[in-house]
Amino acid sequence: MALYRDEGIVLRTTRLGEADRIVTLATPEHGKVRGVAKGVRRTKSRIGARLEPLGHVTMLCWRGRELDVITQVEILEPFRSLREDLSRLGPAMTMLEVADQASAERHAAPELFALLLGALRTLSTSSSTLVLAGFLWRFLAVEGVSPVVDSCATCGCPGPLVAFDPAEGGFLCRRCRRGQAVGEESVGIVQRILGGGLRGVLGEGEHASDDEVERLGLLAVERHLDRRLRTAHNPLSPYGAGGSAE
Amino acid sequence: MTKEDANRLARAIVEVKERTTICRTCFNVGVGERCAICADERRDPTVVCVVEDPRDIVAIERTREFRGRYHVLGGALSPIEGVGPDQLRIKELLRRIEPERVKEVILCTNPNLEGETTAMYLAKQLAPLGLRVTRIASGLPVGGDLEYADELTLGRALEGRREVQP
Ligand SMILES: [Zn+2]
Ligand SMILES: [Zn+2]
Repeated sequence: MALYRDEGIVLRTTRLGEADRIVTLATPEHGKVRGVAKGVRRTKSRIGARLEPLGHVTMLCWRGRELDVITQVEILEPFRSLREDLSRLGPAMTMLEVADQASAERHAAPELFALLLGALRTLSTSSSTLVLAGFLWRFLAVEGVSPVVDSCATCGCPGPLVAFDPAEGGFLCRRCRRGQAVGEESVGIVQRILGGGLRGVLGEGEHASDDEVERLGLLAVERHLDRRLRTAHNPLSPYGAGGSAE
Repeated sequence: MTKEDANRLARAIVEVKERTTICRTCFNVGVGERCAICADERRDPTVVCVVEDPRDIVAIERTREFRGRYHVLGGALSPIEGVGPDQLRIKELLRRIEPERVKEVILCTNPNLEGETTAMYLAKQLAPLGLRVTRIASGLPVGGDLEYADELTLGRALEGRREVQP
């Protein structure tokens, strides 16, 4: 068995037997890693606290056939401000779920890792309501499925763009309109997020269309992943119980 | 084990299973409609300790420090696993506050992300009811060495420090 070191962000953990946990992490060099952490549910284990979801850690693992074995863990950032604030925890959990669904096991994914880490850092310090939206739209770009946002996805005309349909590949003009109707401000914000202007958008404070931009991003990401994101449709999220972007 | 022993054991298990019920008030396990703790008049009904699982009650009872009542949620919120407030006995807890004249709710969920999430959610739900809502402190294991403590526990223990009486 090979020993390797990597950093990671804990995406989720599940119980295994009496005292162990299976921990799923996003890493830059090894993609999604699923490893066993032994004895972590006993109160005396130091590793247990470090392997809670949202923890950004560096670790030493033995490569196993299906599951790796996590031996040493040091915490880099515990992201306590995310854990202790429900309004930040909801979006953070959605980011973890997206990363979990998107990453393939044992395939390096440095861009996805950097996106997730950056988004969590921003979420822990920024008061902008567009952090999750920014993550979702940028995620599509990292995955290579960036929607067409600068012109009509169907006819290619420059606009005005009045609708969004992920099935058509992006924003649509008045003639080609399908799917969700969208406001002009939303179109502008998405164009800036994907055009390298995310930092500027986040620095502006709340826009009236922030919710819409997030909802559209969620719609596109759910279509790309071909599944509903559980964390985005529960009472901890801004949409509340049963709320849906569909 | 003889065949007869095995049959006797099987009957005993069935009997225990049939007699074990879930308390209608706090959802602890017991026999009959109310568990031993809810039925005990000496216990203070105005302080309710909220736990995830009946096994947590056993652990807290062992401390012999708590003389109030309990409420078992039946789990913890976990958005990623799809466990929302409707799957837990949260409404049942809120319904107990007024008739039982509850003055304090102690949130005793696990010190992990799901437990903390549940505690924050409950604190928000209980806030408008005008009672004291507390969370158990997470500290260092007694008998352990400081140098072996993980940094999250140590950080919280520092935050929850108390005045030392001279
Ligand atoms: Zn068009
Ligand atoms: Zn009871």
